[in-house]
Amino acid sequence: MCTKGVKTTCSSKMLENFVAPYNATVVEKLEDEGIISLGKLNMDEFAMGASTEYSAFKTTKNPWNLNSVPGGSSGGSAAAVASQMVPWALGSDTGGSIRQPSALCGVVGLKPTYGLVSRYGLVAFASSLDQIGPITKDVEDSAILLNVITGHDEKDSTSANVPKKDYTKSLVKDVTKLKIGVPKEFLGEGINEEVKQSVEAAIQKYKELGATVEECTLDIANEALATYYIIACAEASSNLGRFDGIRYGYRTKNYETLKDIYKNSRSEGFGAEVKRRIILGTYVLSSGYYDAYYKKAQKVRTVIKQEFEKLFEEYDLLITPTSPTVAYNIGTKSNNPLEMYLADLCTVSVNIAGLPGISIPCGVDKQGMPVGLQLIGKPFGEETLLQAAYTYEQEVKFRDKYKPQFKS
Amino acid sequence: MSKEDYEVVIGLEVHSELSTKTKIFCSCPTEFGGEPNTHCCPVCMAMPGALPVLNKRVVEYAIKAGLATNCSIAHVSKNDRKNYFYPDLPKSYQISQFDMPLCTEGYVEIETKDGPKKIRLVRIHIEEDAGKLNHDEYGRGSLVDLNRAGVPLIEIVSEPDMRSTEEVDSYLKKLKSILEYIEVSDCKMQEGSLRADVNVSVRKKGAKEFGTRTEMKNMNSFRSITRAIEYEAQRQIEVLENGGKIEQETLRWDEVSGKTFSMRDKEDAQDYRYFPEPDLAIINISDEMIDDIRKSLPEMPESRRERYVKELGLPEYDSNILTSSKYLSDLFENATKVCNNPKAVSNWIMTDITRILNEEEKEPNEIPFTAEQLGELVTLIDKGTISSKIAKQVLEELFKNPKSPQDIIKEKGWIQISDESAIKEVVLKILEANPQSIVDYKAGRDRALGYLVGQAMKETKGKANPQMLNKMFLEELNK
Repeated sequence: MCTKGVKTTCSSKMLENFVAPYNATVVEKLEDEGIISLGKLNMDEFAMGASTEYSAFKTTKNPWNLNSVPGGSSGGSAAAVASQMVPWALGSDTGGSIRQPSALCGVVGLKPTYGLVSRYGLVAFASSLDQIGPITKDVEDSAILLNVITGHDEKDSTSANVPKKDYTKSLVKDVTKLKIGVPKEFLGEGINEEVKQSVEAAIQKYKELGATVEECTLDIANEALATYYIIACAEASSNLGRFDGIRYGYRTKNYETLKDIYKNSRSEGFGAEVKRRIILGTYVLSSGYYDAYYKKAQKVRTVIKQEFEKLFEEYDLLITPTSPTVAYNIGTKSNNPLEMYLADLCTVSVNIAGLPGISIPCGVDKQGMPVGLQLIGKPFGEETLLQAAYTYEQEVKFRDKYKPQFKS
Repeated sequence: MSKEDYEVVIGLEVHSELSTKTKIFCSCPTEFGGEPNTHCCPVCMAMPGALPVLNKRVVEYAIKAGLATNCSIAHVSKNDRKNYFYPDLPKSYQISQFDMPLCTEGYVEIETKDGPKKIRLVRIHIEEDAGKLNHDEYGRGSLVDLNRAGVPLIEIVSEPDMRSTEEVDSYLKKLKSILEYIEVSDCKMQEGSLRADVNVSVRKKGAKEFGTRTEMKNMNSFRSITRAIEYEAQRQIEVLENGGKIEQETLRWDEVSGKTFSMRDKEDAQDYRYFPEPDLAIINISDEMIDDIRKSLPEMPESRRERYVKELGLPEYDSNILTSSKYLSDLFENATKVCNNPKAVSNWIMTDITRILNEEEKEPNEIPFTAEQLGELVTLIDKGTISSKIAKQVLEELFKNPKSPQDIIKEKGWIQISDESAIKEVVLKILEANPQSIVDYKAGRDRALGYLVGQAMKETKGKANPQMLNKMFLEELNK
């Protein structure tokens, strides 16, 4: 997020010395409320990654176990909130980058409905999927911060023109009127057994609290992941074109021709994962492949949206795990991009459909690593999400039972 | 076979800068000139995180152009990204329109030697202009100026319907005149606000299939377009006549050598990777909006021309010239309002004003004086305040230092002498000095009268009323 007069690097060598000349809309809104910025946090380069290991500068450690990753891409934000270095932080979520690190660090992460928070000044990864949202210690803070950052912004054409709400009014402990769906596909193959048990226990808790909970079908998980990587990479390949060594950012020292400036600045300035996604995105938009990949992905996107719409005719919200696993050891997946992509299994479909999703801690595994529970709401259904999350949080009191141990 | 056996086929993609006050995706001014990089903001400089917001005026102007060229207007349209790297393109993509342009299937009617002809339009779409590269005077490289980046453009794509440079010339003139009439573009070619990509192919006369075409990009004068087409058609004919094949490629026209050159090899063929612009919403256009724009369209040149001929009694030829440019036509109409003498105003425009414009290589829109001033000039002649000879001097002055003609003649002391006794005094003086002319006149040599009037005009520095001079000389001579 651009901060006027302050380095805005996206954890990339490409923007290592880039000082933003203007403020993102959310930054303006925070400043208007008198909120003081303490600093900027680590992330995967250009928000591409699920462990913060793809930062060009530093490796962020998980406060619950310093050998583990904090998740990503907003891993710095989640770790800073979990370790109580800051009361709250913002993150951006394109395929799970707020919710997944929040789950892995045992904090609350909310990805608002697409369009609820202005993207003006958010360095774009995938324009049709990106959303800014709060990462906080609890649901109350999430509601307070959401009050500050939401609102229509004329500078962002995709910003929704909906009336501003007071989300703190949703901090009510009551789920008795809620009908919750549990898509069985998200509790099957690929989900770690202990994660599954924690989530099932949380589902049981909702039943005890008086919600109507039913198993349902949402058979889109695999398609969602493929669709996500095609659309996100396609948009990224275009969005990251502006980092060309001409006007700002990193420029190679090694050039004679214009082509050298482009080639060498980008080769030297971007990390491997960013390059991987630019190449993939360029490929799926190329003539001859566009129809087979990008166009098809857009069609599948429509189907995924429709599938969610159907479920939301029946249910007020859906429950899934946030991440298929808890935090794992640093270095174990960073060389296996495909395995890393699976970390987004439960979260990407929410971005594809533009829905709001929140991750709240729902327990720990045998090693004491936190597990995240994801609640998915209807478009602009943040109030229901917050109320359901708040009710669970008040009942279970996770923070009173578990604290990060900083063990190594 | 010879050149006469071939037919040249031409299609044009005309880019016209729209005259909106602000840029297409931000509120920076579109004004031409300015110190480099002063009409810029994070949006048009493509700072990380900056987002475009579509200027509604741009959509209106494009629809206006579509309606004036008989296009269908889309109810649903969208923007797309055209991706390529170039230092004048800060985002590394141009926001344009790919498969859902605002306007489709129109036509422009032109006059040809075989009568009127319709040049069909494929589409009109909106897009943003790129910045400019200035070459560093010390030879250290290029400098990027983004003042022009984000200035709105419409691209008007014709079918390959033109068959000669004359047709291309009338098409461009007609298009320019239409855009000026509807006031969506000032079409200043010297500032690059009207540019064309020219597609040329040749085929044997009577052939049904088109030949392979080549494209010359970014041509910005009618003259170079004509020259380039002539050169390129001839080159293609020669290639074919020598048994060669035309390569489909982009060429660069070199004004100095008068030749076209290949710009890039095929290996480098651009793949623009068009895809829908995710930062902008779909453009929805209601019937009401189209109707409102239709109602706002001004009277078009055809209708004005007809009115000039029928109601004002101007010759067809003059009416054509006057209406070929909105500036001239407006100048004519507004000056006429002041002096109520359409024929005189038309004559001034057709002769002296056109002559001065040609001499100074200026466009009608660069005329420095107002229509009111021209009207006042005509009134002064009609009232006998100045002679038409003096009026020509006033006109020259209006081009140099435009202000009220009344003031000009006062300052210069050019008021016509119409006072009877003053005229009589001059007449008597001239007669006295030229006894031979009196003799000649009496001997039936009418030329002598002209000589005497000329002498009297010289004496008064052209200020004497010529009719009165004539009359009084005759009275004296016939006494």
